[in-house]
Amino acid sequence: MTLSPSARWALRAVMALGLFFIYVPLLLVLVNSFNGDRTFGWPPHDFTTRWWTAAWNNGGARDALWTSVKAGLGATAIALVLGTMIAFAVQRYKFFGRDTVSLLVVLPIALPGIVTGIALDSAWRSVIAPLGLGKGLFSVVVGHATFCVVTVYNNVLARLRRSGVSFEEASADLGASPGQTFRYITFPMIRSALLAGGLLAFALSFDEIIVTTFTAGPGIQTLPIWIFNNLFRPNQAPVVNVVAAVLIVLSVLPVWLAQRVAGPEAGASRT
Amino acid sequence: MSTTEPAIALSGLRKTFGAVEAVAGIDLEIADGEFFSMLGPSGSGKTTVLRMIAGFELPTAGTVWLSGRDVTRQAPYERDVNTVFQDYALFPHLSVLENVEYGLKVRKVARRERRARAEAALESVRLPGFGGRKPSAMSGGQRQRVALARALVNRPRVLLLDEPLGALDLKLREQMQVELKQIQRDVGITFVFVTHDQDEALTMSDRVAVFDSGRIAQVGTPEEVYEHPATPFVAGFVGTSNLLRGDAARQLIGREGTFSVRPEKIELTEGAGNGTVAEVIYAGPVTRFVVDLDAGARMVVVEQNRRTGKSTLSQMRGKRVQLTWQDEHVIEIGVNHAS
Repeated sequence: MTLSPSARWALRAVMALGLFFIYVPLLLVLVNSFNGDRTFGWPPHDFTTRWWTAAWNNGGARDALWTSVKAGLGATAIALVLGTMIAFAVQRYKFFGRDTVSLLVVLPIALPGIVTGIALDSAWRSVIAPLGLGKGLFSVVVGHATFCVVTVYNNVLARLRRSGVSFEEASADLGASPGQTFRYITFPMIRSALLAGGLLAFALSFDEIIVTTFTAGPGIQTLPIWIFNNLFRPNQAPVVNVVAAVLIVLSVLPVWLAQRVAGPEAGASRT
Repeated sequence: MSTTEPAIALSGLRKTFGAVEAVAGIDLEIADGEFFSMLGPSGSGKTTVLRMIAGFELPTAGTVWLSGRDVTRQAPYERDVNTVFQDYALFPHLSVLENVEYGLKVRKVARRERRARAEAALESVRLPGFGGRKPSAMSGGQRQRVALARALVNRPRVLLLDEPLGALDLKLREQMQVELKQIQRDVGITFVFVTHDQDEALTMSDRVAVFDSGRIAQVGTPEEVYEHPATPFVAGFVGTSNLLRGDAARQLIGREGTFSVRPEKIELTEGAGNGTVAEVIYAGPVTRFVVDLDAGARMVVVEQNRRTGKSTLSQMRGKRVQLTWQDEHVIEIGVNHAS
């Protein structure tokens, strides 16, 4: 498609503006984490790593980081197992209500977090807590898993659609038991989809705040929640900046990795 | 060939998908060491029968025996058959050698032995030294041979081939037909070959089963099927049929019935005759004439391009011609002359 020069310039300007508003604030956070001025006077006058040291020594932030990692790993593990199983069921078998199941799995990612949060909160209070399992880290993991399953499900489903069943039939035909077929054929072919889906799931869980607020038990504080709680305490602000900077790097990493993993193979459906 | 049990026996085999009856009752025996073709148009049930022999589909009714053993309910990996798939289904993440040794690997054959056997199998399909490549780096014909080696290395009792030459171009296909037949003779394994290509079926097979709407219309040697088709469908699907029935049959044959005369058995001479040339189709070595007979039938005549003198081909259209044939070349359909 050819565009007139003026249209091309206009589109370029819009794109630059969009990227500006997305990335300049992030850059600001990174710069400010080294800003010597406690009130973040602009432009920054002196460079300091004071806040980074302070953040490193901040027990609350470190505990919160650890909690987030545990919640992320837990939710990712559940997502990998359930997402893969559902993808196989939906792609490989015909059963009553298959489309409904597919919709129900994808829905949580579209559902407002506040709704998911309230629903899980009241379910936990009225159904699960009476059974003796109070809210804690586990409830956060379950809450995150509800929407993390989607990323794995979608990735695996797309891969299964592309590869079809003929490889598995060929494997069975050559004498491989279902276990061997999974180990030698199916798993290697969906491995990169699992990695991509898992990394995305972890990233989603890691910066989640709304569902976490409603599902966290007493004393459970994930990193985003810790940031939120400390944001408006003047003496914590510089440390929050550092933690935010760390979070930016930590969240970009898995997404970038997921793209690299899914990228080269996504285009080539070889036979 | 030595055992008395047929390599494959099917009895009362049926398969329905929803309301569609894909296979509507098949009884068949295939002898050990035979090159057997299942010929039919797409949707005639031949591939479904093959998939039931391999174990990918469970029959709705009927039984599958392999060497006298009832395997109807056995999983594919429990059956001593291997398949060459239409799209080859080579594992894309494994090298050619790993593909070929896969069947031995999952049967726990020691690494050194399976390497040696896989390499020997690649050699037998004329691909020595290709083991390190990925399937994606090979041509269609090469992939086809890898698929063949991958199946043959397991030394199955029966090899099933599902239109394995369909994706190849004409020259390669003809070459592979000869090679397949040679390999089958060398290894002595029963080959069951599914195809919709009548030339392929006729040139390669010991026997052919012609499929029509989920049933077998005729089983016989290529010669029997071609020279003595059992039904109008077989006559039409295997070769060009030139059916004479009703009035045309009474006038030209002198009897009631359905008859067929193959195009290459008909002599065409110019001059006042019994028909008019409607169409002339030049096809290199031969020319096909479509002739409308006065008796009310349309016949196709194939003539070698050795004409001299007479009218040029383009002048033939609209000309009056006389069609003649020998009585012995008249096939009465549904009457078996074979035995």
